[in-house]
Amino acid sequence: MADLSSNFVGIKSPNPFWLASAPPTDKEYNVRRAFEAGWGGVVWKTLGLDPHIVNVNGPRYGVVYGADRRVLGINNIELITDRPLQTNLDEITAVKRDYPDRAVVVSLMVPCEEPCWNEILPKVEATGADGIELNFGCPHGMSERGMGAAVGQVPEYIEMVARWCKAATQMPVIVKLTPNITDIRYPARAAKAGGADAVSLINTVSSITSVNLDTMSPEPSIDGKGSHGGYCGAAVKPIALNMVAEIARDAETAGLPISGIGGVTTWRDAAEFLALGAGNVQVCTAAMVYGFEIVKELKVGLSDWMDSAGYDSVAAVTGRAVPNVTDWQYLNLNYIAKAKINQDACIKCGRCYAACEDTSHQAISMGEGRVFEVIDEECVACNLCVDVCPVEDCITMEQMAPGTVDPRTGKVVEEEYANWTTHPNNPAAQAAE
Amino acid sequence: MANDQWTPGVVSGRLPADQLAENFGDLHPLMDAHEALVAADRCYFCYDAPCVTACPTSIDIPLFIRQISADGTEGAAKTILEQNILGGMCARVCPTETLCEEACVREAAEGKPVEIGRLQRFATDTLMARGVHPFSRAATTGRRIAVVGAGPAGLSCAHRLAMHGHDVAMYDARAKSGGLNEYGIASYKTVDGFAQVEVDWLMKIGGITVEHGKALGDALTLDGLSGEFDAVFLGIGLGGVNALRATGEDKEGVDDAVNFISELRQASDLSSLSVGRNVVVIGGGMTAVDAAVQSKLLGAENVTMVYRRGKDRMSASEWEQDLAAQKGVRIIYGAMPVAVHGNGAAQDVEFEYTRDAGGKLEGTGETFRIPADQVLKAIGQTLDGVPDDLEISGGKIAISGAGRTSLEGVWAGGDCAAGGDDLTVTAVAEGRDAAEDIHQALSA
Ligand SMILES: Cc1cc2nc3c(=O)[nH]c(=O)nc-3n(C[C@H](O)[C@H](O)[C@H](O)COP(=O)(O)OP(=O)(O)OC[C@H]3O[C@@H](n4cnc5c(N)ncnc54)[C@H](O)[C@@H]3O)c2cc1C
Ligand SMILES: Cc1cc2nc3c(=O)[nH]c(=O)nc-3n(C[C@H](O)[C@H](O)[C@H](O)COP(=O)(O)O)c2cc1C
Ligand code: SF4
Repeated sequence: MADLSSNFVGIKSPNPFWLASAPPTDKEYNVRRAFEAGWGGVVWKTLGLDPHIVNVNGPRYGVVYGADRRVLGINNIELITDRPLQTNLDEITAVKRDYPDRAVVVSLMVPCEEPCWNEILPKVEATGADGIELNFGCPHGMSERGMGAAVGQVPEYIEMVARWCKAATQMPVIVKLTPNITDIRYPARAAKAGGADAVSLINTVSSITSVNLDTMSPEPSIDGKGSHGGYCGAAVKPIALNMVAEIARDAETAGLPISGIGGVTTWRDAAEFLALGAGNVQVCTAAMVYGFEIVKELKVGLSDWMDSAGYDSVAAVTGRAVPNVTDWQYLNLNYIAKAKINQDACIKCGRCYAACEDTSHQAISMGEGRVFEVIDEECVACNLCVDVCPVEDCITMEQMAPGTVDPRTGKVVEEEYANWTTHPNNPAAQAAE
Repeated sequence: MANDQWTPGVVSGRLPADQLAENFGDLHPLMDAHEALVAADRCYFCYDAPCVTACPTSIDIPLFIRQISADGTEGAAKTILEQNILGGMCARVCPTETLCEEACVREAAEGKPVEIGRLQRFATDTLMARGVHPFSRAATTGRRIAVVGAGPAGLSCAHRLAMHGHDVAMYDARAKSGGLNEYGIASYKTVDGFAQVEVDWLMKIGGITVEHGKALGDALTLDGLSGEFDAVFLGIGLGGVNALRATGEDKEGVDDAVNFISELRQASDLSSLSVGRNVVVIGGGMTAVDAAVQSKLLGAENVTMVYRRGKDRMSASEWEQDLAAQKGVRIIYGAMPVAVHGNGAAQDVEFEYTRDAGGKLEGTGETFRIPADQVLKAIGQTLDGVPDDLEISGGKIAISGAGRTSLEGVWAGGDCAAGGDDLTVTAVAEGRDAAEDIHQALSA
């Protein structure tokens, strides 16, 4: 059985699955239940200075459903903890004392003034907590007060606050990044420059999930009005994966530890974050939707996969896919594939046909008896048919062997790698000649 | 003394009223909104969907299911009803396992089709529960058309003609409209008087009058109708029944299954209906299954269905055969009736085993007897009461194109017309298509 134990910037936990700072880690009661269920660590729900904030007293979540009311994404307008600081500190102390082997990291958000940080950090350190996470991510409510995403969107502030914290505490400092920026590398670089031990990402994505067409109010609606919230859950995973990869492969931040967050729902999602450079993962929505017991599937699934793939530690997985993340212009234009439909697996729904005929390259024929076949002369291998086919592995992309002729272009498939930078159609390439 | 399942003879009240009510409850109960959404999610929205091709009325099934998913159930109902005005009844009675649901790609994928029939009912019932009739008439054309027979074919034809602005005079031999929807279909498929509810709803289109107790060949003649109206549509179904060709057919306790069923359908109190302790149903179609199952549900102790050919030749679908078996009906294949024995009243039926001799059915000489105090014949219905000058083909009114008969200005559709399966949905399709053809002919 693969070793799932994790050491993230010196913070040890029996497995790499932490609960993200959010309702699941809101108080002692939840965290104890989480640890009993087997979670490796928690990032405590973000603390602030007293007087504590208040939340709305109406719905705070909106939702996007997939088939069968499966939750694809949730957005929320919840703020940071709405309980007194001391209550949280006492509970953190008690939990850490009873679960010394689990990671307890405390998320913090206080105004952008050094005395505020100097005031709160010693109190947190006194709880015995393993580290802190600076919440520069929350897109709603707090940013209007000059905290959260308002800080996370200004790299200079990130660097400044990180530096204050590093100076004021022995605990490892993790900077949590907001995805509500255009280029995630700038805040990550700022965190590194400020001396942060790691970054964690992503926080929630600014969003409106739906509009009530009867009341004309965005959801969740509070007395007929709605406010943008933060989107999370499976739907944001692609955004998060890209941002994690961008940081992992950026020369300036390469090697900076990353805690991957955003849509982790199954062990496979977690493995993907690890492969793209995350040292561990944090989970919020999946736990909110299904409860703490999902950690059992996460642990067993990751461990079984690591066994079968030959990885003996979480660290061995981290970053495995990073070298394969590249820029478009370096993709091999001599790699040529064609879609292939397995007639035995085909259930004749014709979705590939509709997709290709209406919106792609008219490369699928529909024959007598609803037989769907790829026309190699037209197929550009875009993958849309594979994506829309309801049967797994019914349509596959088959690489054309070098030396054979691509019936679409009439050209021989070249063996050598060749990309856009040298392509004759690239004006930049010609200019370089 | 109350009767029970073991009381000899043909008697009523074999089961307590609550048991009867449960037995004759809705076979496929209405989905609730949640179930419908879950079921609708399974539709793949296939290209040129096979289910549409398999539906005799070509309802755009993926579209209506998508409308249900997208919170547009009344729009979904309209999609259905545009193609099939009796979409509510068809949702209940269509043998979907041999039509749309058989063609569903998820039947191929998982052996579990999208529940098209039940989704259709969800949509149409939702709309009908609001009492909405979603169609309106075009400006009146002044043309008048006679529709004979107010069954599915006639109703569908009349509605479409009325939509086009024609005035329709409908005539039916029986006391109520609906045809076999009212007098034939198994009770548990159409509970709570749905057939009449649907007829009343359909008539809301306006422009249709109906006279009951008016039969062609009796009060009405085809000549007379042709003279009085701009066009005539015949949707008179199959009024006659085949004879058994076995001795003893006249004994007490021997009846046509369709009579038995029609009495059952019209009964206001199921416990007043008589049924045998030992019932034998002869035949292999939908009528035979319905008669057998309903005898059992009325409390017969033993019900046996005997079909002269093999299982594979039986016209009742696999699903219906299973339903019969599940309700406790015993099905014997490959035996034909020789004689009904008994002293005045039937006591048992003698059968002879059969074999297929190069496509021809013949007796093997080996016989057996089954006790029977009630014998129900379900060996096919026949065309009855059409005038001699109408061309007949294979025992039905010969037609070409969309229901044109050999007589100018006379159309026919449904069970009485040649071609197509004897199904409610086929009758609806044929009535609709004939109406379009009549409309074209009159507009030319
Ligand atoms: C017992 C039984 C069960 C069935 N179950 C199913 C089922 O589950 N699903 C399914 O799809 N199909 C079923 N069918 C078949 C289906 O009912 C018929 O195919 C359908 O009703 C045919 O419609 P129609 O309009 O052609 O004829 P009918 O429904 O027979 O209607 C004909 C109408 O014409 C009237 N009429 C007859 N003669 C005259 C005359 N001379 N003058 C004036 N009016 C006349 C009749 O009173 C009747 O109202 C069943 C049939 C039977 C007998
Ligand atoms: C209701 C709710 C409240 C949250 N509150 C906080 C918070 O106080 N501090 C914080 O850093 N992140 C907060 N988050 C963001 C999560 O920690 C996490 O970054 C985000 O939900 C993405 O992960 P997921 O897709 O697993 O949910 C909150 C998320 C939700 C849904
Ligand atoms: S890969 Fe794209 S172009 Fe080729 S058949 Fe599929 S959808 Fe058409």
